[in-house]
This record gives sequence, C-alpha cells and structure tokens, in this order.
Amino acid sequence: MALDEYQKRDFKIIGTRQPRPDGIDKVTGRALYGADITAPGMLYAAMLRAPHAHANIKSIDTSRAEAMSEVKAVVTAADFVQGLGDDTQDVIDACIARDKVLYDGHGVVAIAATSRAAARRALKLIQVEYEVLPHAVEIDDALAAGAPVIQAGRRGNKVPKGYNDNCTNWCEFGHGDLDAGFAKADKIISRSFRTAATHQGYIEPHACLASMGPDGQGDLWCCTQGQYFVRTLCAEIIGMEESRLRVTSSEIGGGFGGKTTVFIEPIALMLSKKAGRPVKMTMSRDEVFKATGPTVSSVTDVRIGMTRDGRITAGEAFLRYQGGAFPCLTIFPGAQSAFAVYDLSAVRTRAVNVMTNRPRQAAYRAPGAPMAIYAVESVVDELCQEFGLDPLEVRLLNAASKGTKSSYGPTFDDIGLLATLKAAKAHPHYTAPLGPNQGRGLSCGFWFNFGGNTSVSLNVNFDGTIGVTEGNPDIGGSRVSISMMAAEELGVPYDKVRTIVADTNSLGHNDVTDGSRVTFAVGLATIKAARAAIGEMCRRAARVWDIDEDAVIWEDGHAKPAGPNAGSHQPMSLAEIARQSPNTGGPISGHHEVNAEGAGVSFGVHLCDLEVDPETGFTTILRYTVFQDAGRAIHPDFVEGQMQGGAAQGIGWALNEEYIYGKDGRLQNAGFLDYRIPVASDLPKIDTVILEIPNPGHPYGVRGVGETSIVPPLAAISNAVSRTIGVRMQELPMSPPKILAAIKSAGN
Amino acid sequence: MVKVSIWGSLRSATDGMAEVEVKAKNFREVLEALKRDYPGLGPEIDRGVSLAIDGVIIRESWFTPVQADSEVILMPYMQGG
Amino acid sequence: MSKIHVTTRINGDEAEFLCDAEETLLDVLRDHLNLTGAKEGCASGDCGACSVTLNGRLVCSCLVLGAEADGAEIATIEGMASGEKLHVLQQKFLDHAALQCGICTPGILIAAKSLLEKNPDPSETEVRYWLAGNLCRCTGYDKIINAVIDAAAEMRKV
Repeated sequence: MALDEYQKRDFKIIGTRQPRPDGIDKVTGRALYGADITAPGMLYAAMLRAPHAHANIKSIDTSRAEAMSEVKAVVTAADFVQGLGDDTQDVIDACIARDKVLYDGHGVVAIAATSRAAARRALKLIQVEYEVLPHAVEIDDALAAGAPVIQAGRRGNKVPKGYNDNCTNWCEFGHGDLDAGFAKADKIISRSFRTAATHQGYIEPHACLASMGPDGQGDLWCCTQGQYFVRTLCAEIIGMEESRLRVTSSEIGGGFGGKTTVFIEPIALMLSKKAGRPVKMTMSRDEVFKATGPTVSSVTDVRIGMTRDGRITAGEAFLRYQGGAFPCLTIFPGAQSAFAVYDLSAVRTRAVNVMTNRPRQAAYRAPGAPMAIYAVESVVDELCQEFGLDPLEVRLLNAASKGTKSSYGPTFDDIGLLATLKAAKAHPHYTAPLGPNQGRGLSCGFWFNFGGNTSVSLNVNFDGTIGVTEGNPDIGGSRVSISMMAAEELGVPYDKVRTIVADTNSLGHNDVTDGSRVTFAVGLATIKAARAAIGEMCRRAARVWDIDEDAVIWEDGHAKPAGPNAGSHQPMSLAEIARQSPNTGGPISGHHEVNAEGAGVSFGVHLCDLEVDPETGFTTILRYTVFQDAGRAIHPDFVEGQMQGGAAQGIGWALNEEYIYGKDGRLQNAGFLDYRIPVASDLPKIDTVILEIPNPGHPYGVRGVGETSIVPPLAAISNAVSRTIGVRMQELPMSPPKILAAIKSAGN
Repeated sequence: MVKVSIWGSLRSATDGMAEVEVKAKNFREVLEALKRDYPGLGPEIDRGVSLAIDGVIIRESWFTPVQADSEVILMPYMQGG
Repeated sequence: MSKIHVTTRINGDEAEFLCDAEETLLDVLRDHLNLTGAKEGCASGDCGACSVTLNGRLVCSCLVLGAEADGAEIATIEGMASGEKLHVLQQKFLDHAALQCGICTPGILIAAKSLLEKNPDPSETEVRYWLAGNLCRCTGYDKIINAVIDAAAEMRKV
C-alpha cells in the first residue's frame, strides 16, 4: 500500500510558535482539572483499601458505617455484574477486589458521604476479615516452581511447557538463522538486565465527578486521556447504553499513558447511582502510587554477536515482564521493539508475562520498549568497548533504514534513524572533552506510533472565524497545533481559529490520546475537514458567480475563478463567503471521520555526559542532547517539550525511580518524598535537535513525537555510567548504593 | 494468493509455518482466510490483530487493499501510552 | 463539632470562612472559597502544586492549617495578574512554552515570583534549586528555567 498523503509545500504557519488557546487559563489558575468542579448536593467518595498483598476476603461488615447519617451510599464488588469480557472484567476487578485482594492498596469498599471528613470517619467503621495468602511481587518469585498462583485459570494457551500458572502471555518474533549469525561473530556477549517498575508520575491525581439520575442517564467529568474509552468501559461495567452516559474530559494534569484506563470512575458512577446524588471522587497521592498502574518491571537476557569491524551478526533476547495481578500485553511491543533500530539478518525475541501481587500495569510512554531497548543497547555498547569501536559509527553501520526488514517483520519505508545518527555525530556534543570521573553514553530509541479512530468538525462562523471541535484531551499543546493546521489549510491567520475538545455526545468517536497519535491523526482529520469546508466554500462562490463549481480554486484564503473564468471575478475571501452563507445555502462546515493508518515509526538518539562521584556513587548529569525525527514539527516548542519531557522521565527511571516492596509485599515508597522524580536541580539543560524526514502518510509529513523520547535515556545513561566506572551496569535504577557497590566489586 | 508472515508464538496454529498463503484482496479477506484455513488462529484474530501491509501497520481498516506481491505481516494489535 | 471562624485577606480582598480544625489552607481555598488554582498533587508538601504565599512567605498550602490563615495576608495564583494584564512571569511562561499540561504551573509561578522578590537576578543554578520543591513531570524544566530567567531580566528593566 503506497502512502501518498504527503505533498511538499511551503508553509506559512506550520513551524512557527503560536500562542496556545488554553495558555491564559493555565497561567492564571482558571483552567479546570479533574478535581476542580463541584455540583449542587455533591457527595464525597472515599475508598477503603486492603493492607495486604494477597488475601482472601472472608467477610465485609459495613453496617456501622451505613448507620452514620452522613453516609449516603456504600459500594463493594457485589454491586457490579460479573462475566464481562476478559479485558473489561479485569478493569473493574483491578478497581475493587472481588473475593480476593490481589495487591497492597486494592480497593475493597467505597463510601459516599456528605463531607470528606465524614467519608473518612465512615471508612474506619468498616470491618473486613482477611485470610492472608502467600504473595509474590518480584518476577523471579512469581516464576518459581511452587509460587503462589495470583489468579487461577489465567495461564496463557501460548505459554510453553515448564512455565507455571502465573504466566499469562507469551510471544516470539524474529527472522533468519541465529546459529549461522552467531557463527559469523568474532565476539558474543550475553548479559541479563533488570529494570524496576516506575510510575508515570503525573502531578494530577485521578479525579472525577459522577452524576447518575433515576432515568438511567449519567454525566461524568474526569481527567482522562480518552473520554470515549472511559464511556465504553463505564457503560459496560455499569450496564448502560453508551448514549446515556456523557463523559467530559477535564483539563488533564499529565497522563503519559497512565490515564488511558479507569480506576475510580465506575465506582463513582455506582455510588452516585445508589445515592441518587452527584459524587466527587479523588485519589490521594498514596492511592495513585498503590492502586493505579505503574509500568512493568523486567528481566531481560540479551545475546548479541559482532564482528571485529562492528557488524552485528545476530541478536537474541528473552524478556520476562510482570504487569501486576492481571494478564498484560506489554511484552508484545517490548519483544517487537527490542532490536528495531538495527538491520539484522538473524534476530529472535521471546517474551513471557508473569502475574504478581502488584497493581495492574497501565501504559507508560512507549510501553514495553524502553526496558527492552535498554538491554540491547547496553550489550551493543559493551561490544563496541570490546573491539575499541566508536559506538556511534557502529550504530551507523548497523542502523535500520529504508528497505530494512525490521526485527518485528515489516519492511521499513522512509525512516529517520540514519539522519538522526548523522546529526548526533556532527553535533559538537559528541566530541566535547570529558574530565576525570566523567563519561559519555549514547543510545538509539524507537517507537511505532499509531493513528486510529478520529472525528473532527470544523465550522466556518458567519463572521469568518473558525471553530474546530476535536475529541482528544490536550495533554501537551495539541489544540494549538490543530488550530495551526486548520489555519494553514484554510489560508487564514492563526488567531481566526479556536479549537476545543468535545465531550462524548458532541462529536463522533475518538480513540484515546495515546500512541503519539493526536498531532498525526487529529491533524490529518483537521486538514481533511478544512478541505471539505473549502470544497463547500468554492461551491458557494461558484453559485454567486454563476459559474461551474469545478472552475473555482482555493488560494490563500480566497475562492478564485479559474480555467476559462480566470480573472472574471474578484477573488472572494473566506470572511466574505462566510458572511454570505445564510444567503447561499446556510452554515458552512467541514468534517472528517477516519481510522487513520500510516502513522510512521519514529526514531531518536540521545547523548549523555555525566560524572560519577567515586566516594558516594552519586551521578550528576552534565550535558544531555536529544535528536529526534518529528517528520514535520508543527509547533517546534511543543515538539521540543515532548523530547525534553521524555528524556527527563527516562533520566528518573535510570537513576532514581523504583517501586520498592517490603518482605510483606507492601509498597514502601508510595509518595513523592520516597519515590523521587527528577526535580529542577537534578537536571541540566536538555538540548534538542529536531530532524524532519516527512512521513509519507500525513499531508504535512507529521510523525508522532510523544513517546520515542523516553526510550533512549535508560541505556544512554547506563552506558555512560558503565564507561565512567569501568563496570557494566545491569540494573535500573542506578541509585548511588548500586553504583558504589559496582565500583567496589571491580576493586577500583 | 498472498503470502502472510506469522509471528513466532502463533506458528503452532499454522503447523509451524512462518509464512502461509491465502486468497485475499484486502485486510478483511486476509483475516477471514486465515481463520478459515487455520482455525487455531481464530481466538487471537478475534482478540484483535494488526496487519503490516507493505510496511504500513493497519490496525482495523477492512478494505485496505492487498496485492499478490504485497508484504503482509500479521502483528499484535498495538496500544501506546 | 464546632467550626473555627477565620478572617483573612486573600489577594488583597478580605475573606471570611468557617473551617474544621483539621482542614488545611488548601482545603479551605479549594472547597470553601472556590479558589481552585492551587492544586493538590500530594497533600504532603512534596510537589509544590499548592504553593501560595502566607504573609509574603512561600508555603505549601497543604501543610498550613486553614485556621492559621487568621489575620494573615495570602496570595494565590488567582491574584497574580492585574485585571487584563498578566504578570511578566505569566507572559514569559506563555512565550517560552514553559508548560505542557499546566497542573504544576500555578505553583511554579507563585514560587518563581517569590524567588524574584528576594533575588531579582538569580543564576540558572539558583533558579533550579529554588524551584526544586515544585515538581513538573511534563517539561524536563528546561523551558521553565528559561522563562524565569527571561522574566527576571525583563523585570529588572522596569
């Protein structure tokens, strides 16, 4: 299938830095997030959470709480129907425990009361009797023979013999003859790597306001990456038709994948249904850490062969991921992406997902890829050291490019990896001198990017301004980019366009804001909606001029007679056509609905300089540069923002962040003090270099940019630390005690 | 006929073959033919899969054309963050 | 349970409210006074999203009791602009695209304003350490730091 959307052209607005339409609201405190609205008669919800990693619920007694006059509704798992589809059943089971607690912090009873304080008091009156069961929170423990079975009956049918009942998913990818490939190598290195579970760490805890009426209609306001998916899930869980539930997405205070599912929304709806009053439900930070999805933790074995001149002859990886107490598909993108940056004739990846007594994982920026690519890029770096080869030259020698059969199967079309590597090589950062105890690391990164179901409506107002209605929560500047694309296509100034995010009942379905899809897919639909409006405006002009509509063209925001009629009439501006529209047939709008395909994969390269204090093992990042292919940067500020933000999250993952469990299987660090995300003083300036290799699947060449940037930091930093201390690091995070232990183990 | 590559863990449903041939001229027909000829693939296909057709990942669009010489790769249904 | 009667000044305006002894200034601002610009990110003083000033001192409003506001002067994000005119910091945050999701922005603006009142010409390092109590997960801080330094330069000109 040839992709022929892209057409080279000169842009007037694309590539400039326009003010975002939500900017003033966000710097003045007026913007309304999940927890910022109220409703008359509103109740406050609170959730009793289990203090055990794994336990049977013997009994629940809520009678004393229900006796409180302030308590208006109590909800347990018994209030929800069972036997939903596997995926949806898992979603609600992860919110509220059915008969077994599956992780520390698992919801057990929810209360709605007339005040926050009353709800808290009511929780203390609830009696739950638990039978504590043996638990497993680490991958090795859950995989071991005789491990406690987290959920019976969930073993995957593709899982090979020899793996226990906690193993839910299995996959294998690759091509070529591994034995022949390894036989050609001058050196083969095998290593095993571990990464800790990390949380997306959005600053806004989950929050919603639910209102169900006795007529069976409902309204839900919540912070989410996808109001339509929230509606689908909640409607199925509550047992109502989708049209009866209107979901409005608030401004969203960060998501990074963690707000692509629901944690409290169905509970709040059920409380509201039972109480007959609106219910506000917000999570505390402790609840966010304990009971929403972090990413997977991983153990990855990698084996790579290389010739002494730097050619990779074969690569193999085996990934073990745990995604909490439920089946989890994150092994798939992990296994597919592990070797995706290389052009290999022999490659194989295998992966297994194992259940543990941890919260159900949620997507986190390029889910599955960072940990797999970290392992591969670490071994490639070590092979470079082994042969004394320049790690950037080795990447250039082995990089995937147009025509490469990718490690996950398809043959790549135009991709930007080589250009990105060349930009890194040419950058002064790569040859800058380093001091004592300092080192430089680099890594490539990759993400697939998606398109998906998208609806956009574009209205030409009578006064010649434009309203764009789209259905994807704006998580980092998408409204401004969409307005810019509409303005560019219509040929009107940027400030004539205003874009808003619609609720579920105001626009057709839109997939979740994920997979770096919004600027690509919503942008594509906006451009086509603008073209539809242009078509109508040309028809209106043709009628006014009484000429054939095919003889009208659109240029610079004006309809112009063309062909035999060229010059026969003065061009008619968009504003003029809009003003006359009541007389020429009524309001003018354009819309476009599409399941956008052809998103175009994205590559990046990161360079990192750092210094390790040999006395303490503390790492300071000195210099950091991100090189990434954006296809076309619609608004460069926000492309840079994605590149910098992903790098910062990756730096946290590499150096600090981890879920720490005690021997009792309970989470030890459910707060920002002990789960330390990077603060301003932890980071240096993060430089960015945007490459623009147009994506043939988008009219302006856009590729998604949101996710790739979190992939390279893990290996870039690990490679820099390993080179600095002379020991190959194999575990994240590289906290000071681990680095110190590595230095001591090497006798340095 | 169109050649379709099958990822490793599904090959138990295709008698171990990494590539199978089906009669199809679009996305939907590829999946229907795979289910008909290799019933073991049915549950996975019903759960949701993608096809990479000549390098482009197609998640759902039934009528995406497939040529006899197209590169067609069965892929898991993809989700992002 | 009897409530506590509190009289205070918020953004220059007199305000009165009744609160429970256990309610924080953040609860009061958000739940009783409908000033939702200060955000709750952690309720433990770790994230800075609820930053306000109390008698000119930068505080996390989640760590101050509502009752402590009695007789005090409180400044929140809602009082930062004067009418239609944005504060220089607010304008520079927009010019530098120093926000993505925006949830940390009110707290960071209050904290940055507090810094520039004490130190009108901070170095990059000083800005980074002053803002170390305000978490941002979207931006990697780069554009925030640039915006604060640029705002400081502009404010020194006046």
